[in-house]
Amino acid sequence: MILSRVARGAAGVAVLLVAAEVAGRTGLLDTQIMPLASTVLAGAAGLAADSEFLHDVSATVEVWAEGLLLATLLAVPAGVLLGSLPRAETALRPVIEFLRPIPSVALIPLVALIAAADGTMKVTVIVYAACWPVLVNTMYGLHDVDPVAKDTMRVFGFGRLAVLLRVTLPSAAPFVLTGVRLAASVALVVAISAELLAGGEGGIGVYIVRAGSGYRIDLMLAATVWAGLIGLVVNALLVRAERGLFRWHAARAGVTQ
Amino acid sequence: MLDVVNLTHTYGSGPEAHRALGGIDLSVPEGQLVCVVGPSGCGKSTLLRSIAGLVRPTGGEVRVKGRPVTATPDDLAVVFQDYSRSLFPWMSVRDNVALPLRRRGLDRAARRTAAAEALAAVGLESAAAKYPWQLSGGMQQRVAIARALAYRPSLLLMDEPFGSVDAQTREDLEDLVLAVRGHHRMTIVLITHDIDESVYVGDRVVVLTRAPAVVAADLRVDLPGPRDQIGTRELPAFVHLRSEVSRLVRGRPEFSMTPSQIDKE
Amino acid sequence: MTVANGGRLRGLALRLWTVPVVVAVWEAAARAAESVYFPPPSAILARLRELWFSGPPARLFLSDAALADFLPSLGRMFGGWALACLGGIALGVAIGRSKTLAGYVDPLIEFGRAIPPPTLIPLFVVLFKADARMQVATIVYGVVWPVLVNSVDGARYVDRLHIETARVFGLSRAERLTRVILPAAAPKIFAGLRLSLSLALILMVVAELAGSATSGIGYELLYTQQNFDLPGMWGTIALLGVLGFLLNSSFLVVERRTLSWHRRAGRTK
Ligand SMILES: Nc1ncnc2c1ncn2[C@@H]1O[C@H](COP(=O)(O)OP(=O)(O)OP(=O)(O)O)[C@@H](O)[C@H]1O
Ligand SMILES: [Mg+2]
Repeated sequence: MILSRVARGAAGVAVLLVAAEVAGRTGLLDTQIMPLASTVLAGAAGLAADSEFLHDVSATVEVWAEGLLLATLLAVPAGVLLGSLPRAETALRPVIEFLRPIPSVALIPLVALIAAADGTMKVTVIVYAACWPVLVNTMYGLHDVDPVAKDTMRVFGFGRLAVLLRVTLPSAAPFVLTGVRLAASVALVVAISAELLAGGEGGIGVYIVRAGSGYRIDLMLAATVWAGLIGLVVNALLVRAERGLFRWHAARAGVTQ
Repeated sequence: MLDVVNLTHTYGSGPEAHRALGGIDLSVPEGQLVCVVGPSGCGKSTLLRSIAGLVRPTGGEVRVKGRPVTATPDDLAVVFQDYSRSLFPWMSVRDNVALPLRRRGLDRAARRTAAAEALAAVGLESAAAKYPWQLSGGMQQRVAIARALAYRPSLLLMDEPFGSVDAQTREDLEDLVLAVRGHHRMTIVLITHDIDESVYVGDRVVVLTRAPAVVAADLRVDLPGPRDQIGTRELPAFVHLRSEVSRLVRGRPEFSMTPSQIDKE
Repeated sequence: MTVANGGRLRGLALRLWTVPVVVAVWEAAARAAESVYFPPPSAILARLRELWFSGPPARLFLSDAALADFLPSLGRMFGGWALACLGGIALGVAIGRSKTLAGYVDPLIEFGRAIPPPTLIPLFVVLFKADARMQVATIVYGVVWPVLVNSVDGARYVDRLHIETARVFGLSRAERLTRVILPAAAPKIFAGLRLSLSLALILMVVAELAGSATSGIGYELLYTQQNFDLPGMWGTIALLGVLGFLLNSSFLVVERRTLSWHRRAGRTK
């Protein structure tokens, strides 16, 4: 069963690659515009040993990780606070509902003017974009705590803080992690957007723009392959973390928006 | 109309395999109403699903009107045991009943009339505009019956169709099935675990054994018609048949040794 | 009637009182700080009016500039979104209903959706010469994934008994699709559509910012930046926020209408 699934998946990928290759070689696709699949794959393999490209990748990963971490550090306590103080939540909800739909990328030109350093600009915009999924999921998780468990603790004479630490936070944790996973992919999108729009010293986006101005479509596609692989790995790691850490949490539900 | 020949079915394979049907033979002439009874989990639903072409049996053959069943046969309706899941929650009760009638080449107005008639027959004329999830379990079951009856199939399969309704409604529905069958000459296979019911509505009662199920007995019900809920059930022939089916379903006395059962017999 | 309305108004006031408070605090703080980078809301609003909302009342106050900016932007956004929805639902339902097909394309989908969509903008710029096609291509590529993945999921997990009922009662393939599979998958599909609508707004902005567009809201954002028009920038960002809010709310209204059976069925069970 599993073997045949893997075989089918591999066959699907192979068919696509071979079709692209054949289309290029027979002249169906202009290789000036769409390079051969083999050229792109060779380019991608070459990039793995290209120190310049590796430098760009690490620049992207660095701002991405920094932004995601900061957003988590900000949004989780804020979410816990709002989630456990219903009045504060009702008061601030409309403000949140007005801020959340602002497309984070629209902030890039503004923050680029205000922030002096390029790194600060990127991290700021990433933090803005990444904090919403974390915040919303944290609040959601806090609401979802089983009231019976909370009451049980209260009956045994535990205070509010103890209930928060021993019941509320552990049971909200899976939702928080779901929020972080969603934020991770948003953060990657924003990081690359910022690199495309504002340039900077390095980054995958910067590399692709450079390759584009040299009309190296093969290298643009090769870098895109790596961007996809990075996205895949990040998502797979976070999904695995969710499964491993919270096996007891049967319904790994969450809000996506 | 319906021929089942040495039908076997095994779910799964390897050590997990479960043999549900162990070689069933059954032949139903047109217009007959056959009741199938047997212990829970013996394979009654599996038999019915094989006839409907929803399960591909691992052995043997099913023929409907002489043609081997490979896909779902035409002109067939089913009342599923899991009736609530077989109603579509996004359609009103009326639309649920009317949907299959498109196959009958009826226009919209005719479909609505037919649906309304069928719903009235099961006592649900006032629920037509509601959604299935707004009804009780028994009401949903009656919607499923109305849908099957409105379709006027030549072969009707019913899997414990009266399980969730009260005793009075149940008797009414039994009589309704008998009446519709008389009018439209349907062939009906009705699965039930109520032995009284099988004798009351059936022309014939087929008793299955525990899994892997085979036919333990095939009894003709020779009761004078038309049947009547009170009168028929008082007839000595009815009482006798009921006891016989009951004995057969429980298995032979030497195999089921609980004293209370032996006492009763 | 009036009592209910009064009650609703009071409820609204109770929920929304923080908004004017926040705006007032912002105004006071911005005036005190006197920074060119952080203009007070009143200045932002005035600039917004000047830019886009000085038109005649009959046109909802929209000025010519507003029509020239909003229409192309929104046209590209809805166009791209609609294309992605049609393609995503059609492909998604096909994949969801066929295990074999799913086996072949699953890894491709996983990989395709992992690519951050802006990565492809420079490529589209080279391919399509930075015209509207490039922007639509970016939007389509970026928003098709949530629709596709949700449609696959929705179509895959249709209750087996629903399908069997349709088969038993002799529904044709087309009827099975439109009467059973699509309605059953609709709640999932709608979730994907809503997600992709807010993504479409984001990608519209990125594509306009990156593709050196000659009109549109993103172009206006760049223009104000180059002229160091900070109230204009803040105003444009606020406008995009309002737009996102309106899009999401109106979609929710449509979704509630279409899926009322789903919501109510969930509540009664
Ligand atoms: N899809 C399936 N996969 C594996 N085993 C199954 C499946 N469906 C049924 N079975 C098994 O086959 C046997 C017969 O099932 P079936 O549903 O036909 O019984 P039944 O006679 O209709 O029972 P009941 O009177 O409780 O409805 C049961 O032991 C059941 O566990
Ligand atoms: Mg059964």
